[in-house]
Amino acid sequence: MADWIAACAADDIEEEDVMRFDHEGRSFAIYRSEDSDYYATDGFCTHERVHLADGLVMGAVIECPKHNGRFDYTSGKAKKTPACVDLRTYPVKVEAGTVYIQVD
Amino acid sequence: MSASQEKRDYSLTGPEGRKARERGLVAAEWYASPITRKRMKELMKRKDGPAIRDTILWIVLLAGAGVLAYSSWGTWWAVPAFLVYGILYTSPGDSRWHECGHGTAFKTPWMNEVVYQFASFLVLRPATPWRWSHARHHTDTYVVGRDPEIHQPRPPVWRIIIIQFAHLVGGPKDIKRMFMHAFGVVGKEERDFIPESEFRKSFRESRVYLLIFACVIAACFYTGSILPAMFVVLPSFYGAGLMVVFGMIQHLGLHEDVLDHRLNSRTVYMNPVFRFLYWNMNYHIEHHMFPMVPYHALRALHEEIKADCPRPNRSTWEAFREVIHALLKQRKDRTYTIQRELPPTAQPYQYGPKPIVAEASAERSTMA
Repeated sequence: MADWIAACAADDIEEEDVMRFDHEGRSFAIYRSEDSDYYATDGFCTHERVHLADGLVMGAVIECPKHNGRFDYTSGKAKKTPACVDLRTYPVKVEAGTVYIQVD
Repeated sequence: MSASQEKRDYSLTGPEGRKARERGLVAAEWYASPITRKRMKELMKRKDGPAIRDTILWIVLLAGAGVLAYSSWGTWWAVPAFLVYGILYTSPGDSRWHECGHGTAFKTPWMNEVVYQFASFLVLRPATPWRWSHARHHTDTYVVGRDPEIHQPRPPVWRIIIIQFAHLVGGPKDIKRMFMHAFGVVGKEERDFIPESEFRKSFRESRVYLLIFACVIAACFYTGSILPAMFVVLPSFYGAGLMVVFGMIQHLGLHEDVLDHRLNSRTVYMNPVFRFLYWNMNYHIEHHMFPMVPYHALRALHEEIKADCPRPNRSTWEAFREVIHALLKQRKDRTYTIQRELPPTAQPYQYGPKPIVAEASAERSTMA
């Protein structure tokens, strides 16, 4: 059974932004959309080992800070080269002002 | 000959790539100057305005120089007129290729793509292979055996440096590559950085380029003059000089095999004309450290991090002299490297991989 892990406070992330969350040797990127919906993906770009939390969020897109690879962070879909492989996404919930992600 | 003086294999298929991987230099974590997340988001913000303005200005200047060159054909005035046309064709062609390849020049993706394809043709760089080559250059900047865009090996090859001022090394190499791709052949080195899924696109682009070449050659025969080629294709040779100078001062003479762009890249103060032609790529440390900051924000980024960087070169000429001096030294001592002092406000240089430390959970990334 996958566990729900407390990642951060909901207010830790600005609207249309991303932050890094590390847990048990794994790294994730937690997103807050313009509408304050929350999403989570693997932290590193699928092209090279560059953390997406340093990238730019534009609408539903996260851009890798090094090579301009882009993903739809709501689905994990790779949208622009050099990113060719989709990102893994994780379920997210917000309870009492805390963001939880479900990690297997 | 001591081990340090032995020539190294700069190819991507030789043993140096494996050695770099063993040393932790491949796809490694590079040093980044401290800057707040809030400020970095402001600097990375995309705009269409500056690039639309600069592109219109570029095209108007190019067309104006073209009219002058055409009018002066058959007189000695054609020499300076075509020189100006060639520089306006090639130097901005190179910088627009570069910035639009990064996808940062315009906010609107299709605008980046249109200018990227156009500029790629101007500088005779097959668009898709060079996009991937440049991505590798940013992953493993000046890591021997990994970076396909190292300008010169150590010791440098002077014959190549000199003829490259007329694009007579890179030009023929890329034209050969176009023929190979047009016939569906991909070189062994290219396979190291271009994924197979991109091959078909590369083949298609090369066929289009060759079709344009054929049209230009046909126009020359039809008119009985070399004039059509003087406007399309040949400018990337006779107008290449300034582009080559800009390219040489980016990294040459500095360190190889390090993980800190302050050690292997050069920021140079340039006059406004050169900065327009080069689209602010004179802020090269800044560009490599934070490649998603658009060209129009690089000067502001420079102000943010200059206390953490070595003193910039004061002019293009000063930087070029420094490079030539270093290349002359490397002729006899291939290990010769320019050492640049950091200001007291700077963090120390990061020569190699960082030691692995346990990371606290929920921490911000290095930009925080």
